[in-house]
Amino acid sequence: MKHLRTTAIAVLLLVIGISLSANWLAPEGYAKQYRDTPGAGPSRQHWLGTDDIGRDRFARVLYGTRISLLLAPAAALVSTFMAALIGGLAGYLGGLWARAAMAMTDLFLSLPWLFLLITVRAAMPLNVSPVVSVVVTFSLLGLLGWTSAARVLCASALSLRQADFVRQARASGVSDARLFWVHVLPNLKPALYAQFWISIPAFILSEANLGILGLGVAEPLPSWGSLLKELEGLVSVGEEPWKFVPLILLAVVVTSFQLVLSAQEEAAV
Amino acid sequence: MLIKRGKMILAQAFCLAVLASMAAAQGELRFCLHTEPKTFDPLKVEDDASVSIRYLTGGVLVRLNRQTQELEPGLAESWKVSKDGKQISFKLRSGISFSDGTPFSADDVAYTVQQMMDPSLHSPTGDAFRSGPGNVETKVISPTQISITFPAPVAGLDRQFDQVAIISARSPKKEMAVLGPFMVADYKAGSTVLLKRNPNYWKTDGHGRKLPYLDSVRLDIQPNRDVEMLRFKRGELDLINTLDSEYFDKLAATFPQMVHDAGASLDSEQLWFNEVSRAPLPPYKKNWFRSTAFRRAISLAINRQDLSRVVFRGHAQPAIGPISPANKFWFNSKLKPDAYSPDAALKLLQSEGFLLENGTLKDKEGNAVVFSLTTNSGNKYRERMVTMIQEDLQKIGIHVNVVTLDFPSLIERMTQTFDYEAILLGLTNVGLDPNEQMNVWLSSSENHQWNPQEKTPETGWEAEIDRLMRLQASSAEPKKRKEAFDRVQEIAVEQSPFIFLVNKNALSAVAPTVQGASPVILVPQTFWNAEWLTVK
Amino acid sequence: MLGRIARHGLALIATILLGGFLTAVLVRFAPGFDVDQDEIDPHLSSQTIQALHDARTAQHNIFRFYTQSLERAWHGDLGKSLSLGQPVASLIRERTPLTMRLVFTGLAISWGLALAMALSASWMRLPAYDALTTAISGTFLCLPAAVLALLSVLWNVSGALAVGLIVFPKVYRYSRNLLGKAYSLPHIITARAKGLSEWRIVFWHVIPVAGPQLLAVAGVSVSIAIGAAIPVEALCGLAGIGQLAWQAALARDLPLLMNITILVTLVTLLANSGADVIGHMLRGHEA
Repeated sequence: MKHLRTTAIAVLLLVIGISLSANWLAPEGYAKQYRDTPGAGPSRQHWLGTDDIGRDRFARVLYGTRISLLLAPAAALVSTFMAALIGGLAGYLGGLWARAAMAMTDLFLSLPWLFLLITVRAAMPLNVSPVVSVVVTFSLLGLLGWTSAARVLCASALSLRQADFVRQARASGVSDARLFWVHVLPNLKPALYAQFWISIPAFILSEANLGILGLGVAEPLPSWGSLLKELEGLVSVGEEPWKFVPLILLAVVVTSFQLVLSAQEEAAV
Repeated sequence: MLIKRGKMILAQAFCLAVLASMAAAQGELRFCLHTEPKTFDPLKVEDDASVSIRYLTGGVLVRLNRQTQELEPGLAESWKVSKDGKQISFKLRSGISFSDGTPFSADDVAYTVQQMMDPSLHSPTGDAFRSGPGNVETKVISPTQISITFPAPVAGLDRQFDQVAIISARSPKKEMAVLGPFMVADYKAGSTVLLKRNPNYWKTDGHGRKLPYLDSVRLDIQPNRDVEMLRFKRGELDLINTLDSEYFDKLAATFPQMVHDAGASLDSEQLWFNEVSRAPLPPYKKNWFRSTAFRRAISLAINRQDLSRVVFRGHAQPAIGPISPANKFWFNSKLKPDAYSPDAALKLLQSEGFLLENGTLKDKEGNAVVFSLTTNSGNKYRERMVTMIQEDLQKIGIHVNVVTLDFPSLIERMTQTFDYEAILLGLTNVGLDPNEQMNVWLSSSENHQWNPQEKTPETGWEAEIDRLMRLQASSAEPKKRKEAFDRVQEIAVEQSPFIFLVNKNALSAVAPTVQGASPVILVPQTFWNAEWLTVK
Repeated sequence: MLGRIARHGLALIATILLGGFLTAVLVRFAPGFDVDQDEIDPHLSSQTIQALHDARTAQHNIFRFYTQSLERAWHGDLGKSLSLGQPVASLIRERTPLTMRLVFTGLAISWGLALAMALSASWMRLPAYDALTTAISGTFLCLPAAVLALLSVLWNVSGALAVGLIVFPKVYRYSRNLLGKAYSLPHIITARAKGLSEWRIVFWHVIPVAGPQLLAVAGVSVSIAIGAAIPVEALCGLAGIGQLAWQAALARDLPLLMNITILVTLVTLLANSGADVIGHMLRGHEA
């Protein structure tokens, strides 16, 4: 396991390093359109070919990595924190608190948040900077993505309420706040790590889908989500396997994240 | 012996006659509709899916031959349009019945027209005939003769009846009793519409065989073009009515006989700037967008050849004006396309006081020229076009922010809040007659997109366009109408309220199992002659 | 006991009604509500365009609209879809069975795969196997739902498989972590040392401990599967609730969206409440 963790950390560092070196590895940038070679396959000039309007795919993967690798985990942290707070706390308090919180969580799960997102976009000026647009998108994803985990965390915390060590700590006079933060929350790690790990690719993909509402990463900025959307023209991808590279890269990064998290869990146990 | 032989010959002749009168079992045609049909009532049809179903099921008095672009007799043997363009008289065929056996007569035509023009029905079909206030008069002269008088001249009056599917005044099945080659047999919402041969269809072929040849037409509801393409390649579909250009090339590489490029269609893609005075824009931006020189400069700075070549893989032509060159009669052949010239664009902008400073274009007040260009999400061609235009305009120092919005949000900004700067959209399902674009060019109209519902024309050239459009609408003489509309096209190019970008080609795919298909540019491109098609 | 059931029932109904109202508010005040895509058709006259706007006037006052909808619903009339022109009740009735089949078959596939992998990974505790199952589930997690749906069309397999593959990695991760945690508890080590068989350990000692949380995951997975059904139905051309919901969202079809949300809220609440009740029983059993 230690070797796997080391390999995973090395992979993550390599990916981060390469993305930060985008200016040197792809000096022409992600936006330049080579209009004489749109949809081209890999070549010496374009290692992963070009997209439909002739932009170098390798450059777009490199620059897109920065955006997705920075913001998706940040949004995942937000959603995990909110899930811990709402679900974990509700489960710890139990009784009516837990029932009310979970009813609201179920309601939250069922509502068509698409319309809130559309309204948020309408409230933003059309000429919003790409940075603001991206930050707003991932913030929204983080703020809306906590519901599934909250339920699981509530169930976990409800189980822990009756655990011997919690009863003992309560009997010893430990305050509720300390009990929750120091004793209960760390035991919720399995669900917390799962939520964090699932959220990263989910948010990357959601960001691309939010482009339909005018949110997300604006052109010409690339993101992993927008690169993965190329796979939706699946009829031809079989003939263009290089389009799978962003998927492979994302899968490798996500797997590496999980291996690092798993090692953390094992160490905690 | 002789009598026996004679009987045999008679029997054989009888069999041949029976066979000749029967439509041979010629299979089922399968293709996709991209949206759910909203209605089967031919008078309420508006969306593409319902239009396709109406085309296949509706019987019309006159039919525009999509190939020759000439009118042909339909349910009417002959017709006559009065000199003033207000009245049309039809001589109908006799002995025709609706699909449920109800006899067809002039009463049904009168009923259809009255229903269509009923203001409470809000029939989109009827809107084409609403050229002025007042009521329509229908006069049934005999079961096979009718005259219809409109309160004001209707441009291209006879051609408009190509869209009017006659409904029965008496049938208990109401609009489901049809006169067209097929009738709706089954409808599974979200899934399929099945049309079966109309046993009472009036048309026969040259050998006296009843049409249509096909037994049925199955229309699958499939919004996703990738899935449509997959199914076509697998042989589950017989045709793709409008084929994406990238799929055209993929198919052409392996099955060149299956794909058809009928040349430039009548559709166009264009962008325009917000010229609405009450729009929530800063005054300096309103000044830019209202400046003809600014719009002309933008037009010169956009590389239309690249748009055609890259976005549409060469299956599009740079647009010249509001009418596609494919519309041979109405296109003003004196117009020339804007050549791509960033230098000329910059010169024009400099003449208006704009200056290029460190790669950024600024107006005379020092404001950097930055604006948003919005289009509808989900249309990958438009999304690519706006990204390419973004790069083109960057070369002359203009920074464009690309925004894609869902369609309802976009329409709300376009028509209600006017909270946008520039929009890229297209005109689709464009007909031949320019009168169909009346609501685009009239300054008082809702669809006068760059500045809708002007109380009075805000510019001299818009007033001139209003005058010319009304002139061509009120004239029945094609030459006079052409002169007027030619001038409209010239003004449209000079003033560039729309910056016309490309005319897409009409691309389609037809499986080799389909016999008789001859794709054209007019809608519906591939199944315009459905009654003559067969499937092996 | 009866009182408790009645209280739960009332809470359920109140939540569902609140869900319907909130949906109505969200849709009503979202941009694009008052427009119709057809109004930019240049063939239409001003009167026809006005008629398109007038069709939505009844929904401007959201409180009045909602109370009138509830009144009608009491008599079995769920209103008429603005975009499809058909009664909402018949639209939902026709399409619900397909979506339910899709969702529950998908859930069966996802849970089958996820539990098989999670149990085997937790039991074997082999880092290489763990890394492999993580990589497999991670890859499916990274595949867009639309791609999985297209693959199901390409390979001519049921859309339920696509739904299952969309849900499976999420279920797997939670299950793996929860079962892993349960496996590491001291009493499991004791049970092994005492020579209990692995099957007995799994079914008597591991699953009951992780049970309440796994049930919570099960409840949540129903919502995830319903969400996954939307792109799968839309792309595979399946006439289910998901496809209907997507069409309704694009058309801002308030009567249809509100009723679909009520249905989805009901299913979500039932699934999660059921998970809660069984989880509560298991916790009581443990104690």
